[in-house]
Amino acid sequence: MATIDIDAPVDTRAARTAQRNPRKEERDARRKLTSRGATFAAVIIAIFWTIPTFGLFVTSFRPGADSNTTGWWTVFVNPSFTLQNYFDALTSGGTALTLGESFLNSLAIAIPATLIPISIAALAAYAFAWIPFKGRGILFVFVFALQIVPIQMALVPLLSLFSRGLTIAGVGIFPGFSLRGIDHSFATVWIAHAIFAMPLAIFLLHNFISEIPGELIEAARVDGAGHGQIFFRMIIPLAMPAIASFAIFQFLWVWNDLLVATIFAPSASLPLTQTLNSLSGTWGDRWYLQSAGTFISIVVPLIVFFALQRFFVRGLLAGATKG
Amino acid sequence: MATVTEQRSTPRRLSRTVTGIIILVAAVLAVAAFLFMLLGGPSPDAAPTTLGFSLNSFFVWIGGLHPLLQIPIVVVIFGVVVGVILLLIEYAPRPGPGYFWLRVAACFVIPVIAFMVLRPYQNSVVYIVGIALLAGAILFFADYRAREGAGYVFQLIVFLAPAAILLLTGLVYPAISTVVQSFFDKTGANFVWFDNYVWTFTNPYGFWSVINTVIWALIAPIVATSIGLVYAAFVDRARGEKFLKLWVFMPVAISFVGAGIIWKFVYDYRQGEQIGLLNAVVTWFGGQPIGWLDAQPLLNTICLLAVFIWSQTGFAMVILSASIKAVPADQHEAAQLDGANALQRFFNVTVPGIRSALIVVLTTITIAALKVYDIVAVMTGGRANTSVLGFEMVNQQQRFQSYGHSSALAVVLFLFVLPLIVYNVLQMRKQKEIR
Repeated sequence: MATIDIDAPVDTRAARTAQRNPRKEERDARRKLTSRGATFAAVIIAIFWTIPTFGLFVTSFRPGADSNTTGWWTVFVNPSFTLQNYFDALTSGGTALTLGESFLNSLAIAIPATLIPISIAALAAYAFAWIPFKGRGILFVFVFALQIVPIQMALVPLLSLFSRGLTIAGVGIFPGFSLRGIDHSFATVWIAHAIFAMPLAIFLLHNFISEIPGELIEAARVDGAGHGQIFFRMIIPLAMPAIASFAIFQFLWVWNDLLVATIFAPSASLPLTQTLNSLSGTWGDRWYLQSAGTFISIVVPLIVFFALQRFFVRGLLAGATKG
Repeated sequence: MATVTEQRSTPRRLSRTVTGIIILVAAVLAVAAFLFMLLGGPSPDAAPTTLGFSLNSFFVWIGGLHPLLQIPIVVVIFGVVVGVILLLIEYAPRPGPGYFWLRVAACFVIPVIAFMVLRPYQNSVVYIVGIALLAGAILFFADYRAREGAGYVFQLIVFLAPAAILLLTGLVYPAISTVVQSFFDKTGANFVWFDNYVWTFTNPYGFWSVINTVIWALIAPIVATSIGLVYAAFVDRARGEKFLKLWVFMPVAISFVGAGIIWKFVYDYRQGEQIGLLNAVVTWFGGQPIGWLDAQPLLNTICLLAVFIWSQTGFAMVILSASIKAVPADQHEAAQLDGANALQRFFNVTVPGIRSALIVVLTTITIAALKVYDIVAVMTGGRANTSVLGFEMVNQQQRFQSYGHSSALAVVLFLFVLPLIVYNVLQMRKQKEIR
């Protein structure tokens, strides 16, 4: 996050002084910028924000019998730690599959459900940005406004479209998918996620793509490139920050989603969130497994976030801060 | 480019109306064929027809593979499809007889294949193919007579079609269907006027979910954004900025299911020794333990809200921190020279400077708060009047199979989100004008 480019104008006199006397200037700047009070306040908030997670982290290493009877903080008085929870969590699970299996399911859901909407949205965003046509502005506003539709509102009609198909007045146009009895069917989940991501994806990518200088595209056109080449060779590389930032967003959202998967995924294809939720046992007596499972589920989003974090804010803020 | 376009369009100006009429007639024909198909009536032994392959057979095949194996296969196949789309966009609009026939072929073949992979029933397949061909013909003709030259409309359609299909089937059609459903009863057979809406505001489930949703939408964005802003401002002047940001951001990456589990260990309530942090603190100070998630009225909703705020603050902080850094330093210096203290500078320089980022953050969190489902589902399951619209909607349709009530709740939620989107659209328009 600190690696974000700052396009703040540089005061020339200050820059010259800084050049002349870099070390002293740097020390002064640091002293002026950091303040002990601010650091202290920030640390306090950070601690508050971390305590709940830390508590779970400690619990995930405590023997199950202990964490069911005593608070996690007592571990500092009489410590006892084990890795057993993690092994147990991976091999136990809900009704149909174990946490380990649903971990793989989550991967199989999240990766295509991130790539598919991004490519489709990038195509549409390019058309909105660089191919003039009548009613472009209105259509774009309409797509943006589709964010209004709550996912919950679309679930039932979409589900019935997938399973029962589209039959108008007794005439079958589309019989629906017959995917019952398939081992791991993620198709409907991919499609549903792709659909729900579309408005925001088009909006964010459009903001970024439309800010690419028009001269570049004009020059490529003069050289004889069609829109296909321009899109593939210029837009995709230039819009990488926006694409990456949306990819993080979409991946986190799909990975952490409970609702869409609950509705669309067959029981053998349920993702991590669903299994994690049913891991607590009927009476909530296996919390210690849930605590280990939670950390297993956090690992992947954290890796994704750190791998792509330098793009995160830059892509999201394009078009939002200007004006 | 511009001159070519003008040259081509001038001699054709008169025939523009002719083009319009031909397209209109073809469109009317397509609609007529569609109606005719409907009038044909149901066939008792309708069976799906395929070309030998279909979307369904592909999904069945890939569903049988190992989950990890499915990832590369889907990505590659989808990549090939996108590649074909890009090739079409690149080559089809070029002038010349070869490209002309390429466009002809694409316009007629793609719609037919697109319809056929859906496996239409036998009794409608003739009409489907007819409509597909007619649609292709309209597209081709409109493209051929386009003001900007042949191929222009074609590439535009190809660019937009995938997104348009997804949006129309997945959002526009369901939205309309939900609004219609909300006026019908449980089974969807009888028209009941506004009964479902009356139910929404009088039934305890519906009533509390509306109240709670309003509370969520009012409190969550304000608290999360303020804490995020204050933290971003502190961190901006603190040592180890990157490290400090990480801790507050971490909840963003945690699923609401995970967050629910984390906070169970905060809110837990039981007889005897407390393992919930909050009750441990309460009893340590000599108080009586409280069942936080059952505490009515509103206290339990506030407890759920705290989880949401906890997870959204990091998002607000990251965005606001980036825009605080983009506020020009000389404005700060000028204010400092004028004798403004740190607090005054924060409110008079920083906050106005990041106004548009603040709006983005506030609306994003508000929309997320309005649509929240997971936290309620995981932590209370809507018990003790903690339900919200987003949860109750699913609850009604899953548990009670009551589609009418569920749809009415959805429409109410929709009405809550509406002003936010309108405001954003207006904002967007304003920014366009400035640019």
